[in-house]
Amino acid sequence: MTNGRRAARIAAGVPWWLVLLVGLGAIALGTALADASYRVIFGAVARGFGVTIGVALASYAASLALGLLLGLARSSRLRPLREASTFYIELVRGLPMLVILYYIAFVGAPALAEVLNGLLAPLIRAGAVKAFQARDFSFATRAGLALTLGYAAFIAEIFRAGIESVDKGQIEAAHALGLSHSQTMLRVVLPQAVKNVLPALANEFVAIIKDSALVSVLGVQDITQIGKVYAASTFKFFETYNVVAFFYLCMTVSLSMLVRALERRLKRENAR
Amino acid sequence: MNAFIRVVDAVKTFGDPERGGVRALDGVSLEVAKGEVVLVIGPSGSGKSTLLRAVNRLERLDSGGIWIGDDEVTARRADLRRIREDAGMVFQSFNLFSHMSVLDNVTLAPRLVRKASAAAAREAGRAILERVGLGDKLEAYPRQLSGGQQQRAAIARALAMSPKALLFDEPTSALDPEMIKEVLDVMTALADDGMTMMVVSHEMGFARAAADRVVFMDRGRIVEQGTPEELFASPREERTKEFLGHIL
Repeated sequence: MTNGRRAARIAAGVPWWLVLLVGLGAIALGTALADASYRVIFGAVARGFGVTIGVALASYAASLALGLLLGLARSSRLRPLREASTFYIELVRGLPMLVILYYIAFVGAPALAEVLNGLLAPLIRAGAVKAFQARDFSFATRAGLALTLGYAAFIAEIFRAGIESVDKGQIEAAHALGLSHSQTMLRVVLPQAVKNVLPALANEFVAIIKDSALVSVLGVQDITQIGKVYAASTFKFFETYNVVAFFYLCMTVSLSMLVRALERRLKRENAR
Repeated sequence: MNAFIRVVDAVKTFGDPERGGVRALDGVSLEVAKGEVVLVIGPSGSGKSTLLRAVNRLERLDSGGIWIGDDEVTARRADLRRIREDAGMVFQSFNLFSHMSVLDNVTLAPRLVRKASAAAAREAGRAILERVGLGDKLEAYPRQLSGGQQQRAAIARALAMSPKALLFDEPTSALDPEMIKEVLDVMTALADDGMTMMVVSHEMGFARAAADRVVFMDRGRIVEQGTPEELFASPREERTKEFLGHIL
């Protein structure tokens, strides 16, 4: 009887979705290694791995920095800062990521070149710097910039929620000790805010990996673009997109599990 | 009497008074001498916490003035840093910085505000924590401490800025009965050392042991004040008698 109950408890604790996913992954990998055409597709798509990771990491790092600034501005005591940051966040969140991408690539980049030329006009006339042209910005750069600007808005809202989650008593205590407003923010509020939203921030990285597939519409050679081109030229749609999906799942599922582990750890720490 | 803390005709309203706003302070005047321990009692909503919070300007007055020593707390361009070095504050809910060890809680303000060196701040912090009986908890985090220990750590944190006066906002209200005594013992020792204190609390034991004066507030006004013996044994006002009947 106890054996049965123990078995039931173990069965309840098993993450069956993960077992299924790992099983499917193993089957996919096994098939791929056994099948010559899968091996070729794996090799081809793997060449986009670096671009996907590179675009995701660079945009994530930049959007963390920009998002932190926007989040701080959003919870600032200064009304103009608050309004400006809210304006930006609402604007960007109201647009599909794909539209932001097209906009930055075909409107933003030429405009940026114009602005830089305007700023550096004396230097350019003197011949010290060459005039910028829109094509000086690679499509990978434009795509990264678009993801950065889009995700900064989401991340700013996460930081704001984190800042608001910190008990007001902590701020009062810091003020009562004579700390300035910026010292209070930096030394008391932010460390606790960031800790509170760490899992949410990590989830944004998973999301940005998935959204990095959007850069394929600009012809950037990431996993999706290489797969798309390969499938179109060989008509092996089924095999190619299996491989593409496999690559994304390897990254996203493992990262999601890390986020969960982090969440559990933080919860345990807070309960102590 | 040489007043150290001086409150003159303080008025503070929360919300719109024409639409059910509350007059938390309705013309309060009070003087606290150097080394004096004043206990402020009164029903909830009587404005006693607001008065305390106005003294180190966590709350701004609508009108009236407050001085600590020669510093005008209510001045438009008051030096907040100076005011808060003058008067430390201890809160009902401790408000220890939860991401820092007890020692870091105590040394943070001396390092940031006084620009003390890390080593000097640690040495001073250690001594102060010894004094409140937490010498063995330097590296503990607030969540690992009991309520009484947390409040003693919070008192140590306020003491680390060597304030000239300490303000206590219901320091024992969030504590289990068996922990109240350890906090009151620390406060009584401070009073005996000559610390100027304003305490919002209903701890009668502390009032008798340490308070020089008890102030009874109701509806934003001071109704009556006197020594603990006078006020508790023979209150003059009806309202005071009624209230004391509830808490004694």
